[in-house]
Amino acid sequence: MLEVTTTHYLVLSFVLFSIGIFGVAARRSMITVLMSIELVLNSVNLNLIAFSYQLSDLTGQVFAIFTITVAAGEAAVGLGILIALFRLRETTQLDEATELRG
Amino acid sequence: MEALAANGSSILFYVFGALAVISALGVVTMRNPMYGAISLLSSFLCVAVLFLLRHAEFLAMVQIFVYGGGIMVLFLFVIMLINLHRLPEVKKFAGQSPVVILLALLLLGFFGWFFLQADFGPGFTRPEAFITADGEPLGNSQAVAWSLFTRHLLPFEIASIFLLIAMIGAVVLGRRQ
Repeated sequence: MLEVTTTHYLVLSFVLFSIGIFGVAARRSMITVLMSIELVLNSVNLNLIAFSYQLSDLTGQVFAIFTITVAAGEAAVGLGILIALFRLRETTQLDEATELRG
Repeated sequence: MEALAANGSSILFYVFGALAVISALGVVTMRNPMYGAISLLSSFLCVAVLFLLRHAEFLAMVQIFVYGGGIMVLFLFVIMLINLHRLPEVKKFAGQSPVVILLALLLLGFFGWFFLQADFGPGFTRPEAFITADGEPLGNSQAVAWSLFTRHLLPFEIASIFLLIAMIGAVVLGRRQ
């Protein structure tokens, strides 16, 4: 059977990345948009790990830990914004948040 | 049976990679965010297995604890907190989604082609780099900790300040006016 190389990991990571980008841009529910951002950050981690293995360098793994930190902070603040939006508008649909449209 | 043992890691990669992609598709297509969150959890767990296959044992555990434990609980709490009574009649996708599908496929095709062209050569030339802490073969967790607390101490401290700021921001945003 085919040996799994860095290219396999890159392609898989980019498939996940594209799915996440699609979710961010095309969905109307803010919860799903936030979950898609998590998917994108996670696929970047996969990329970092693949190159860490490729180059036999631990720095990629350490960097992935920082990415997870940023993802956790982003989730906390994003869900805070979601709660604030829900209090204001009784909805979580992003295209109903039109306060700044003018 | 021998073929299975010889190709075990390849089979694991394909199985869990496919599962991760299917669960990710579930996240972006499910109407009910609760099912989407469960789908996301499954995607995270599959990616954790892929981390294990690349000798990132500590990071696989961090992935399960932080993503599977912390972030998922946060999402599930918020989904249960807001009531989704208008769920069946709302539109799932925004008006621009055909354009977005096209752009995502274009992006995927372009980068996929680029990745398939690139030749990275044989990898994993120094397996000991993943388990060496302070010059001794102790294990992956010790190696990551050693790297984190010596070479990457400043980013580590900045990350802690970042988390503090995010926590304060979340508290301020969630406060009732």
